[in-house]
Amino acid sequence: MLAKHNPQLNRHGELIHLLSVEGLSRDILTHILDTATRFVSVSDRDIKKVPLLRGKTLFNLFFENSTRTRTTFEIAATRLSADVINLDIARSSASKGESLLDTIANLSAMAADLFVVRHSESGAPHLIARHVAPHVHVINAGDGRHAHPTQGLLDAYTIRHYKKNFSDLTVAIVGDVLHSRVARSDIHALTTLGCAEVRVVGPRTLVPADIAPLGVRVFHDLKQGLTDCDVVIMLRLQNERMNGALLPSTSEFFKSYGLTPERLLWAKPDAIVMHPGPINRGVEIDSAVVDGAQSVILPQVGFGIAVRMAVMGIVAGNDA
Amino acid sequence: MTAFHLDAEALYSELLRTLPALQTASTRLVGIASGGAWLAQRLQRDLRLPGEPGVISSSFHRDDFAKRGLSHGARTHLPFDVQGADIIIIDDVLFTGRTMRAVLNELFDYGRPHSVRLAVLIDRGGRELPIQADLAVARVQLAPQQSLALARDVSERLCFELEPQTAPTSPDSPSLVSKG
Amino acid sequence: MRILIKNGRIIDPASGWDRPGPLAIAHGCIVGRGQLPDGFEPQQVIDASGCWVIPGLVDLAARLREPGCEHQGMLASELAAAVAGGVTSLVCLPDTDPALDEPGPVEMLRFRAQNLHQARVFPLGALTRGLQGENLTDMVALHQAGCIGFSQAEHAVTNTQVLYRALQYAATFDYPVWLRAQDAFLGTGIAASGALATRLGLSGVPVAAETIALHTLFELMRLTGGAVHICRLSSAQGLQLLRQARAQGLRISCDVSINSLHLTDADIAYFDSSARLNPPLRQQRDRDALREGLADGSINALVSDHTPVDANAKALPFGQAEPGASGLELLLSLALKWGQERGLEPLQTLATVTSAPAHILSMGAPSRLAGCGRLQVNEVADVCVFDPHTSWTVQPAQLRSQGKHTPFNGYELPGRVRWTLVNGQLRFGPAHP
Repeated sequence: MLAKHNPQLNRHGELIHLLSVEGLSRDILTHILDTATRFVSVSDRDIKKVPLLRGKTLFNLFFENSTRTRTTFEIAATRLSADVINLDIARSSASKGESLLDTIANLSAMAADLFVVRHSESGAPHLIARHVAPHVHVINAGDGRHAHPTQGLLDAYTIRHYKKNFSDLTVAIVGDVLHSRVARSDIHALTTLGCAEVRVVGPRTLVPADIAPLGVRVFHDLKQGLTDCDVVIMLRLQNERMNGALLPSTSEFFKSYGLTPERLLWAKPDAIVMHPGPINRGVEIDSAVVDGAQSVILPQVGFGIAVRMAVMGIVAGNDA
Repeated sequence: MTAFHLDAEALYSELLRTLPALQTASTRLVGIASGGAWLAQRLQRDLRLPGEPGVISSSFHRDDFAKRGLSHGARTHLPFDVQGADIIIIDDVLFTGRTMRAVLNELFDYGRPHSVRLAVLIDRGGRELPIQADLAVARVQLAPQQSLALARDVSERLCFELEPQTAPTSPDSPSLVSKG
Repeated sequence: MRILIKNGRIIDPASGWDRPGPLAIAHGCIVGRGQLPDGFEPQQVIDASGCWVIPGLVDLAARLREPGCEHQGMLASELAAAVAGGVTSLVCLPDTDPALDEPGPVEMLRFRAQNLHQARVFPLGALTRGLQGENLTDMVALHQAGCIGFSQAEHAVTNTQVLYRALQYAATFDYPVWLRAQDAFLGTGIAASGALATRLGLSGVPVAAETIALHTLFELMRLTGGAVHICRLSSAQGLQLLRQARAQGLRISCDVSINSLHLTDADIAYFDSSARLNPPLRQQRDRDALREGLADGSINALVSDHTPVDANAKALPFGQAEPGASGLELLLSLALKWGQERGLEPLQTLATVTSAPAHILSMGAPSRLAGCGRLQVNEVADVCVFDPHTSWTVQPAQLRSQGKHTPFNGYELPGRVRWTLVNGQLRFGPAHP
């Protein structure tokens, strides 16, 4: 096999695109988290803007709908003084049969500097990154089941914020791991950053058979999976991705894998509860836990803005 | 060429002696990361000022982002209300003036100060912007390619690092001159 | 035209012949091998110094895209690619548009191919109408029109009753049936199940998709007794099942593609759509088993699985890209590379692309194939002369096929074809563009 160069890095090993957490070294991940720490304070100032991306244009290309994620990218870009254009792809040229690469070429002709891309096909941002001009940067906002790198990074940031040292931590990722790009990105981030133990918990139909090589311990029993955990990350049950007999019903799922206050007691007393959102109350997680003292779900959102600012700030400052 | 030597501790002592001329009753010190921040810490302590000094980073407002990317550096931390404050910015070396321009922009993101003064250990000339120090302990001339920065050893003694030590020889290169 | 190929090393796996010597050709046939007939006066002399003179390659799987998919490839371009790769006979699949399920399109295809005077084309007929897996085709009529066997291309027959009847009917006339062993439901993924597919978030095709299909096929074959050729075996477990079935007396042959022989799922790398293939590239242990199987004869033949895909269909995210890769021009080099890596003798290496596939071909059309895949005196002169000591780098833009996508892009491969003759006529050589 011919050695293939990591498309996320330039020849100096600097980040020019963010396509997946996998393939990035611990140093790069730590640099992103440290940079995010600096950007957290921007939200606390009177003037919530720094001019780093002034004059740059960022296109939000969401082939899959997500107002939440798109909004956080928009806020992050705006805080860096970039101009943001949101493209409603579903209703526009793609639905008229325009190919993905033609869409990108047309937008590039309108002087795009950054693309934030969410797509239902794994690998779509890689394809785009191969075809953009050297000064254009691509950030993956989620591709199929493959990766959601900014979510993985903000989850790592949140854990670092509350728990400090990864090397002491046991983290459990619970739910629909099979379809979850968040789970994959979390796993790569946590294992690269040296997390002591990463667990995945779910029914056999929702946990891929070959996930252990990614560096995780697999559990099908929630109690065993949560015992003595420092962090519990609950995943959303991906209804729209489920086809063909993976789960009988959501109530079945909640019976065995839903996080209730009683079940949270199996984890360490100071364990934190996270969720990438949007939350299905009563499906994967009980309202009492969402609103409870151990939940850090809302702070995750704020950290998400800082992490996205950090990613944009870093890639935009590196040449191809 | 003789080796060039700047006694940072001596210059600091002079700064400590002359700074009060700039101070008002409510002056806040803010050091530019990282050399200026060390100086501001020492000054805050040695002048027995209440509270802690601010630290300010130029990273977010630098004009060389496109070439050098996001620079590493500390976070800005201003433990007081900038609005209406009298501020003295402390730095180790004043050169082109671009860092100071970025620092001013950063400062004004936090509010509108009443006054801002600049005190530096060394003014090495070579300004590219209309920026001047209100207080400069020493003025030296260096070749543009030489870099001068403050360093701090484990016992917190301050010293200057000059790279390269000697200026490239050319008939027109300015000689090293130290003036008090 | 009397042609003399001199100074070459003649290697004919069918007869075990491997020695330097001249090859004399006249009236489209070989008239002298190793020695010249008395008074032989050539009109053209080919100096094959440093080259090996072998039978023209026989490729059991190549898509020519005509009729119907001319934006992907045309007979002219694909047959030119064939002779440039030293391939003089090829089997084409019935998944054209329309499918080759009636004598008309088959006859037209053969007629057009013959008039191009490049490689010989042996079509597979569709096993069911429109490849839909419901109604049988007129196999006798198709056979008379030139089909050498019957196939479903990539469209599995899900109705086991239909599959049973189709095998039974074909066995009546001893027509071989060529099938890809892939379960229709388990086989819908886009990459081989495994750690890599999980990592890349690609839906997986488990090995069970192949083994379940093989089990079903073998059970039906026990009832029908016909001959089946398994196309593009892809897994170690599948190979194991095949060996067992053969040991029990079932009449099975099989082939493996150049892609599965050399590559693994790791070659998908960063979602390279050139590696989007059917069957999907599997893991290292499968590749190792397939390489071993081709060496010990469990797998009969190596094929190119040539499937030209147009650039637009590949310039898509991995899961949406059309599967397929060009391979006619790489078949010989990739056979040599495998043989060198395993330390095999040239006779054994080259058998996998000459005599062995010719033998499988002859199951379906014995009378038309004297000389195909071998160099025998008084048989047709389909010859490939190549330089085994020269390497070349695969550059898609230089491929003659209309399809420029191959997962071997940038590879340096051994063996350069210098001349190709079909029917004793030079069809590829230095004078040819």
